[in-house]
Amino acid sequence: MLTQLPIYQQAILTLSAMILFTSFALLAQSRVVSIIHAFAWQGAMVALTTALVAYDTGLHHLYISAFLTLALKALFIPWLLHRLVRQLGLLRELHTVEHPVMTMMIATSLVIFCYYVAQPIEQFSETITRNTIAISMSVILLGMLMLISRNKAVSQVVGFMSLENGLFFAAISATHGMPMVVELGIAFDVLIAAVIFGVFFFHIRDSFDSLDVSQLHRLSESDE
Amino acid sequence: MNALILTLLIPLLSSVAMAIMGQKKTAGYLNIILSLAQFIATLFMTSVVFKQGHIGVSNGQFYIDSFNVYLIALTALVGLTTSFFSRPYMEQERQNGRLSSARMRLYHASYQGFLFTMQLALSTNNLGILWVALEGATLATVLLVSLYRTPEAIEAAWKYFIICGVGIAQALFGTVLIYFAAAQVIPDPEQALLIRVLVEHAAGLHPVIMTIAFVFLLVGYGTKVGLVPMHTWLPDAHSEGPTPMSAVLSGLLLNVALYALVRVKILTDGALANNLSGHDPHLAGYLMMGFGLLSFTVAGYMLHRQRDIKRLFSYSSIEHMGLMTFAFGLGVPLATFGALLHMTVHSLTKSSIFITVGHASHIAQTQKIDNIRGLIATQPSVGWGLLIGTAAIAGFPPFGVFTSEFLLLSATMQTHPWLTIPLLIGLAVAFAGLFRHLQPMVYGEKPAEQTGVQANMWPVIIQLALVLWLGLSIPDFLAQWFDQATQLITGSGLL
Repeated sequence: MLTQLPIYQQAILTLSAMILFTSFALLAQSRVVSIIHAFAWQGAMVALTTALVAYDTGLHHLYISAFLTLALKALFIPWLLHRLVRQLGLLRELHTVEHPVMTMMIATSLVIFCYYVAQPIEQFSETITRNTIAISMSVILLGMLMLISRNKAVSQVVGFMSLENGLFFAAISATHGMPMVVELGIAFDVLIAAVIFGVFFFHIRDSFDSLDVSQLHRLSESDE
Repeated sequence: MNALILTLLIPLLSSVAMAIMGQKKTAGYLNIILSLAQFIATLFMTSVVFKQGHIGVSNGQFYIDSFNVYLIALTALVGLTTSFFSRPYMEQERQNGRLSSARMRLYHASYQGFLFTMQLALSTNNLGILWVALEGATLATVLLVSLYRTPEAIEAAWKYFIICGVGIAQALFGTVLIYFAAAQVIPDPEQALLIRVLVEHAAGLHPVIMTIAFVFLLVGYGTKVGLVPMHTWLPDAHSEGPTPMSAVLSGLLLNVALYALVRVKILTDGALANNLSGHDPHLAGYLMMGFGLLSFTVAGYMLHRQRDIKRLFSYSSIEHMGLMTFAFGLGVPLATFGALLHMTVHSLTKSSIFITVGHASHIAQTQKIDNIRGLIATQPSVGWGLLIGTAAIAGFPPFGVFTSEFLLLSATMQTHPWLTIPLLIGLAVAFAGLFRHLQPMVYGEKPAEQTGVQANMWPVIIQLALVLWLGLSIPDFLAQWFDQATQLITGSGLL
């Protein structure tokens, strides 16, 4: 059945599978530089998928979205993160993954869960939409899992941005993108967020001497 | 339409102006002037709405109806009164050496930027822009939370950023799902996110997709409303940021997030109304009632455990937001009318309380409740301000909070009688929690070397007078707006 699909849709499916793969790579990587590279690849593939969808459906405004994604998620944010990490002298740092087997097991079950949720909705009956929706939901949930399981600020930011990738991919696959004005607004917000995250790295480092956010535990409800 | 453009353009330009010259000694005065200009523009816009009934067309990007017009005016009013408080307060902080000039510039630019995002979120007719504006509000305030650069402030800001960022991401997913459902019934994709257009087509939206979307939006915007269990950022952000920011966060941001949630609830109710899917038509309402009651109860008990005065009142905000969410969830006209009134009086009372708390913590030079003593003996205006403000927020008659809570309780009694029991217990618990801390702070023995500070109490007096007025009689035009908004939300009016 899959081989009967037009070649572009097959390419879209292959790319979505690779996007999901980069999400797993993000979860498992322990070197900071590799994490940033994996994130850049994910952004590039989301942009490429968007361009393919634009070609397949003939919706020209999607080319602009594809370009924005490529510029922001594949080039600017990875470049910014890379620069910050170099300035902070963390280039060779290892962000050890705690409980790697456990994390992978949870990640796999999250993907299965997403397919389970997407399966019964009849509007997704096209093979390609059902797969891409399930994958975009998986990317969102894996991004959250990364936010929870990591305790270094840089990895958390990458998890957050990868979550945004998932959201964008969901919008592309379910509805062929959002109205242009909304997409521009979202891109602007992501841009500002990336810059503010960069500012925060320096604040956290200056106050805590490292980017280990597990040290952020002064504010809590427990009685002193 | 010109009036609306002014309301949006003034804060946007003010923010740019402050980014250029916000570090000057006179910037505090400029902040007041710009906020005043914004308030006047809002009044102008309000009078236009009063004459015409609405501004904008259904398929335009902006639409002002009776639901958002009074919130826009309220936002500008609280922005103005807080700017009066902010000038001497922030000047004091600079003299104490807690802030440099560059940070004053950041503070002023963020303050106006935040007001812009609030007005944008309220006046837009597009669910996507609404999301962009609420995310923009997080971005505008996150650097304010960390303004003092203490380790605690950095931690609070990081938590705020991550929790609200992830929360609001859920809301975006919900918005994408609504767009997906709308694309099936609304032919023009550019109009498929416009609130007025969606309301017209609500009955045709796919109920299952709308249910899933509402759950995501409830969690997403609920994070910003401060609903338990997504509330953990709120007390931290309120306690570590500068006090004027706590006043606008509690008074404005929470309201606007709740406003967004109610707008989505209207759509979900419309989609579920004809009950084709086998879902309960009040599903959205029940979810809001559940989250609201949980937040109300948990926050009431948490009041008792607080040691920081700003954390204390931020938990009180969570409690009141929970109560409003519950009331909107009930879905009957009486409860909705009460909730709309409660949004107004809570925001006026809570921002005036935070202003007084700012003065109190300057007098005692700490935010620790245990070390704030004898406020009335030291400076009667601040002491009485705090006492009266807290009495108002705890729901004493004749203040407006009493009126709205009374309406809510009557509505609960009519629809779900057994739910009045947890509500009454919760109100009593919260009352005790506030007053056990307040009593020693205002009446306790005054520490020997404690002296008063220069405090401008006019913003507090004006706001509490408004709350008192709303408790005694609601002006006719406001009652009409509340009633029209109630019709919009529940389908039938009260008056």
